[in-house]
Amino acid sequence: MKNQFFVDSDSLSSEAAAVKHRLENDPSSRTNHMEYMPGMEVIESDVCDNVMGHVRSFDYSSYTAGDVRAALEKDTCTIEDFKALLSPAAEPFLERMAQRARIETGRHFGNTVYFFTPLYIANYCENYCVYCGFNCYNHINRMKLSMEQIEKEMKVIADSGMEEILILTGESRGQSNVEYIGEACKLARKYFRMTGLEIYPVNTDEYRYLHQCGADYVTVFQETYDAERYEQLHLLGHKRVWPYRFDAQERALRGGMRGVAFSALLGLSDFRKDALASALHVYYLQRKYPYAEMSLSCPRLRPIINNDRINPQDVGEKQLCQILCAYRIFLPYVGITVSSRESAEFRNGIVKIAATKVSAGVSTGIGDHESKYSGKVSEEQHGDEQFEINDTRSLKSMYRDISKEGLQPVMNDYIFL
Amino acid sequence: MTDDRLVIGGHEFNSRFILGSGKYSMNMIEAAVKDAGAEIITLAVRRANTKEQENILDYIPEGVTLLPNTSGARNADEAVRIARLARELGCGNFVKIEIMRDSKYLLPDNQETIKATDVLAAEGFIVMAYMYPDLNVARDLVSAGAASVMPLASPIGSNKGLQTREFIQILIDEIDVPVIVDAGIGRPSQACEVMEMGAAAVMANTALATAGDLPLMARAFKEAISAGRKAYLAGLGRVLARGASASDPLTGFLRD
Repeated sequence: MKNQFFVDSDSLSSEAAAVKHRLENDPSSRTNHMEYMPGMEVIESDVCDNVMGHVRSFDYSSYTAGDVRAALEKDTCTIEDFKALLSPAAEPFLERMAQRARIETGRHFGNTVYFFTPLYIANYCENYCVYCGFNCYNHINRMKLSMEQIEKEMKVIADSGMEEILILTGESRGQSNVEYIGEACKLARKYFRMTGLEIYPVNTDEYRYLHQCGADYVTVFQETYDAERYEQLHLLGHKRVWPYRFDAQERALRGGMRGVAFSALLGLSDFRKDALASALHVYYLQRKYPYAEMSLSCPRLRPIINNDRINPQDVGEKQLCQILCAYRIFLPYVGITVSSRESAEFRNGIVKIAATKVSAGVSTGIGDHESKYSGKVSEEQHGDEQFEINDTRSLKSMYRDISKEGLQPVMNDYIFL
Repeated sequence: MTDDRLVIGGHEFNSRFILGSGKYSMNMIEAAVKDAGAEIITLAVRRANTKEQENILDYIPEGVTLLPNTSGARNADEAVRIARLARELGCGNFVKIEIMRDSKYLLPDNQETIKATDVLAAEGFIVMAYMYPDLNVARDLVSAGAASVMPLASPIGSNKGLQTREFIQILIDEIDVPVIVDAGIGRPSQACEVMEMGAAAVMANTALATAGDLPLMARAFKEAISAGRKAYLAGLGRVLARGASASDPLTGFLRD
């Protein structure tokens, strides 16, 4: 089923609807997605050229079973080997890839599985990204938590035993500015051992400020590395600028962050090319910043409020597993995170093969942890979710399930320095 | 043999097997202590930095010496801060300095390790320095106050065995503090070999963590290390390594 992203809310004024339709239907009404907007820092870097050179010339139909076999027999997986592992020719080798991936995961991470949970503190957004529940034209309950509310949410989460938190916002500098996010990081330092951020991309000095506030890990999803497809999906706002987003991790590292996380949102474009680009983005940045910690995620498209037909297209669980095994074999030292977008069954299986970190006790809504964790009905207002999650298990039940699989749940392996 | 003790920074140990910290489990600590006879167990401070109920600190049996390490440190300054935190956590005065500026191979940064050793030894820590086996660096580490140097045998977690054999032998021959071989030891036979060469002790982790039968592998390590040590003390290793003398001496013609 091809995705139908465009949904009109009844609450849109006719003028707003007209602007929206024009953005959707008339490419000339949209800004140049390759051009930086005022205030956006430009850094000198060869990483993007290195990555995209490979992606442009990647013809995955040219790889054969022989290439895949050769890749699996080698000790060190080259970029060419990795391309073979991502190709359709590798699909019949999925079990062998999983066996090899499991060995690599064990060698580098033992039997450990790390836990974290996301905390959305605001869902205001100034962008029109057609697949996202927070997009500015989607009619949802908007909310931005006060510091008191953030602290209350953090207490509830910390009481559940969680020690790593990922703070998220919608992409709105106006509603959730860097200082606001920085204050949230300072609060997080009180309750958690490790604080990550998944917010709109910012400049190096702003990353440095957020690091000083206590954040040490920055996640930015490129969504799709296919710039032309990106242009058709991100129609309005700062997020429209593809290269500024691409360089976000590098700015974060220059700003002093310990680690960075990457991903494409699988299902938006050609997933094999997006998987290649994601891994090469890690590969080239690691060569340039060898001390940095890196991790990859692998989100697939999910339904959102007001559009339950959004789906991950041709990226089935087998394809997702193939990508994750290929990531693990090519980048054995890199963390792999699998979020609650995926089912409990998939996550229980993939932690035995390739994944090293999972979220638990997840809400992608705003200010609803107390009601979701305790079942207590609250009079307070909540903000709506970014997307529908699949795996709703609490930390307690995930901890139990992971242990049952013979793996070792780890709440923290980190010191803020 | 009964007096053959490992002495590090004035502390004596009977066992020459040290459990590394990479991949923990409570079963592993139990096997290392009970079956391998370990008296020193490494502890990653960053991992112990948890509110979790199953804190590794609570699982260290009595009589076992904790060796907190500074994993996660990217430079000397960070290693010093982690070591001080370890002391605050009640981990004692031992510290294993691990400084990695590379997240891919996790190779130690020798230069920064010398700097951290200098600071921590002056603060009264018993410093055990994880290093890439380089003679000049080892000498600098000893000058800086290291109680032991811990050269790697091959990249950490690789189970590839003694890839740096020649260079470790040089350290064993030239350095006066205990040389403890760390990282890369994948089999008991490799542990036996380094002990035969004259290493003071062996540290291993992944080799145990990935074994099918943990207690059995722990016992295998214990016996291998003991056998290697005995061979070293018996002098066999040295004789072979340096070449046997000819039965007809070349200098037999000399008269006085």
